[in-house]
Amino acid sequence: MRRTTYREITGQYIGFYGLMAGLGVLILLSLAAAWHMEHQGHHVTGMTNQIVWGMPHVLAIFLIVAASGALNVASIGTVFGRTWYKPLGRLSGLLALALLVGGLAVLVLDLGRADRILVAMTTYNFKSIFAWNIYLYTGFMAVVVVYLWVQMERRMNRFAPAAGLVAMIWRLVLTTGTGSIFGFLVARQAYDAAVMAPLFIAMSLSLGLACFNLTLAATCRGTDLELGDGLVSRLGRLLGVLAAVVLYFTAVQHLANLYAAEHAGIERFILLEGGVFTALFWLGQVVLGGLVPIALVFTLPAGRALGRVLLASILVFLGGIAQIYVIVIGGQAYPLVLFPGKEVQSSFFDGVVMSYAPSWPEITLGVGGFAMAAVIVMVGLRALRFLPESLADAALDPHHSAAPTGAEEKAPA
Amino acid sequence: MTGRTPQQGFDPQRRRFLSAAAAAAGVTLAPGVTLYGVTAAGSAAARAPEDPVTSSVRWGLLVDVNKCRDGCNACVTACVEENGLRGNGRPETDAQWIRKVELRDPSTGAKRSLPLMCQHCASPPCVDVCPTGASFKRADGIVLVDKHICIGCRYCMLACPYKARSFIHEVVEDQKPYAPRGKGTVESCTFCVHRVDEGRTPACVEACAEAGGDAMTFGDLNDPNSRISKQVAAYVTDQIRPDLGLDPGVRYRNL
Amino acid sequence: MGRHLVLALLLLLAPAAAAAQDSDAGRVPLPTIVKGKGEACVADTAYMRRYHMTELDHQRDETMHRGVRTRKFSLKECVDCHATPAPTGGYVSVNAPGQFCRSCHDYAAVTIDCFQCHAARPGETATKRAGEFPRTAGKFRQESEVQ
Repeated sequence: MRRTTYREITGQYIGFYGLMAGLGVLILLSLAAAWHMEHQGHHVTGMTNQIVWGMPHVLAIFLIVAASGALNVASIGTVFGRTWYKPLGRLSGLLALALLVGGLAVLVLDLGRADRILVAMTTYNFKSIFAWNIYLYTGFMAVVVVYLWVQMERRMNRFAPAAGLVAMIWRLVLTTGTGSIFGFLVARQAYDAAVMAPLFIAMSLSLGLACFNLTLAATCRGTDLELGDGLVSRLGRLLGVLAAVVLYFTAVQHLANLYAAEHAGIERFILLEGGVFTALFWLGQVVLGGLVPIALVFTLPAGRALGRVLLASILVFLGGIAQIYVIVIGGQAYPLVLFPGKEVQSSFFDGVVMSYAPSWPEITLGVGGFAMAAVIVMVGLRALRFLPESLADAALDPHHSAAPTGAEEKAPA
Repeated sequence: MTGRTPQQGFDPQRRRFLSAAAAAAGVTLAPGVTLYGVTAAGSAAARAPEDPVTSSVRWGLLVDVNKCRDGCNACVTACVEENGLRGNGRPETDAQWIRKVELRDPSTGAKRSLPLMCQHCASPPCVDVCPTGASFKRADGIVLVDKHICIGCRYCMLACPYKARSFIHEVVEDQKPYAPRGKGTVESCTFCVHRVDEGRTPACVEACAEAGGDAMTFGDLNDPNSRISKQVAAYVTDQIRPDLGLDPGVRYRNL
Repeated sequence: MGRHLVLALLLLLAPAAAAAQDSDAGRVPLPTIVKGKGEACVADTAYMRRYHMTELDHQRDETMHRGVRTRKFSLKECVDCHATPAPTGGYVSVNAPGQFCRSCHDYAAVTIDCFQCHAARPGETATKRAGEFPRTAGKFRQESEVQ
């Protein structure tokens, strides 16, 4: 049994501090945006009484969904015992934690009464999936901390498979809960579907892996950690499979809706007449976020997979944002059907497709969530031993005949 | 009866006794009858301030769409005035508790208009989804937002099939003392609960009557003698989106 | 080591010494108690000082959820009594600096959340109602009469 050595980032990296400073500025800007929204009221944003959830929610949902999926890499190693993924378990846990904290911070800062967060944490209506989600999210953080601990504390390593199983089941319940936020809204044409839950699970796996790939590549480049082609190609092909699964559930969702005449209107809107939503769906989500990455990762040049896998990961990332934008904003832009078969008009914008333009405070707040996640990852990598010594093929390949342990000393730059 | 004829003379004393007894009985019973009549009709209105609301009352509203005139905004104006819903010139973010909706049948071109507000459902989806329980249904059927615990997440606004709720997007000053509202919380039509608790009717209903439309009837759906119950029993009335199974307290006639 | 200790102690005690000498200079001003209408409040001052929020919290839940509208601890009634008439007519907000709620809350450094939503001035029907608790209408401690 090969033993992997882990280390924290050591040494003075100008890039490290520079990046931290830049991320710090982004976080400060997002806090300023949140204060502005809270102080002036939400009229300074693009969100209205018709489009009540906007850019902050799109980005926060992305972060939360990706957080649950980022832990998948650790599950593959711990629960499914795949040797190539085992050294990545700690980084996967750290990223999952970071993405979740970033997403929750954005959600909380957008609340109309963010000063009442203590009320939200102590007063519950358990009929609401939102209330359950509060427990699922905070519980997930605790589960990941325990999971990281049993991985990092050598005496507890024997509990890692059990902790990994608990983490995996918790993840699935959590993502089901996130998808159900929308799936339970029977009144909205775009959301009333049971397939929202598995769709969100598929999205979490795909987007989480995309975020993980990007983080891993950036970390390896930044710390001169050798990243072997064997691992990269595996991560790439897995991303392709998961992106295909997302396309499948998207197809199921829309085909099922098209079959029912009741939903013809919303399908026409999303797939054909929705303007920006139609463009984001076909071009952003299906082509750039699905078909192109799949093509890229299944035509990897031997030995030089990193470039294509990175491009595929970036495209899946952007396609994911497009998908969540179409779900969240597109679902709200389409009018509620109050009088089926009638044309409706009122001073409260009944019967019309609402337009929405994200405002700068909203975008800044959402981007701040990503910055916060990045800062947490960087601080974690610096403080504790999350990174394996090497991710070269020689270190990871179980069939490699050369000396194991992967103790190739790499002097920090 | 002794059978004596008027020619034979009857006992005036006996007659006086019987009349007095009848009068006494009448005087004794009359207040009870009157009181019963008054309290039965106004039983809901007579709730003392220290008594809690009970589910023996269910408040409802009936709108006769035939009587609702196109272009009349009396109900909307009254609601804005009563609850202090000062607009800020931003129709997309200004709160609206009641609105006039114009319907047009695309195949025949026929037009109707009707007022639309919170439907005060018996199974409100907004109550189901609120994470803190701020959105709640009172025992007498009025759906309210407890703004002390509302965190402003707007999930209830997504869940409402009637788009009845508004989020307050700016600082509010000079609120009406009986209609508190503030930045960052969600609100909707309260059936003028402050008036209902005093035994009066919502402002929109009163304004509609004063404007001559008389399209709106408010009352206790659980009281078979109330005007609204009699109308709902006598005529065909509809709810909006009955397929959702929410049983709204607002019904429409001649929809 | 000993010198450092003495220096630290002196630095710690200096503000207290300064405060003891000059209790009124530049620190938070003591609250000005604005007198309300009538003879007395619904409960005695010591009780209200300590428990007014407990009573208000209880009252708000009763009113909101059970429709109980007793007026003894109703926030509207508090504002009706404790708002100062403005010289130009109407009332001054009880949330304005130096007014009834603000002066004590500023002193105790406790944020008032109520008036984000609740009206801080009495409504037009304020003086027309009779009270159920000791309050003598017309016996104001202010100079001007209120309509």
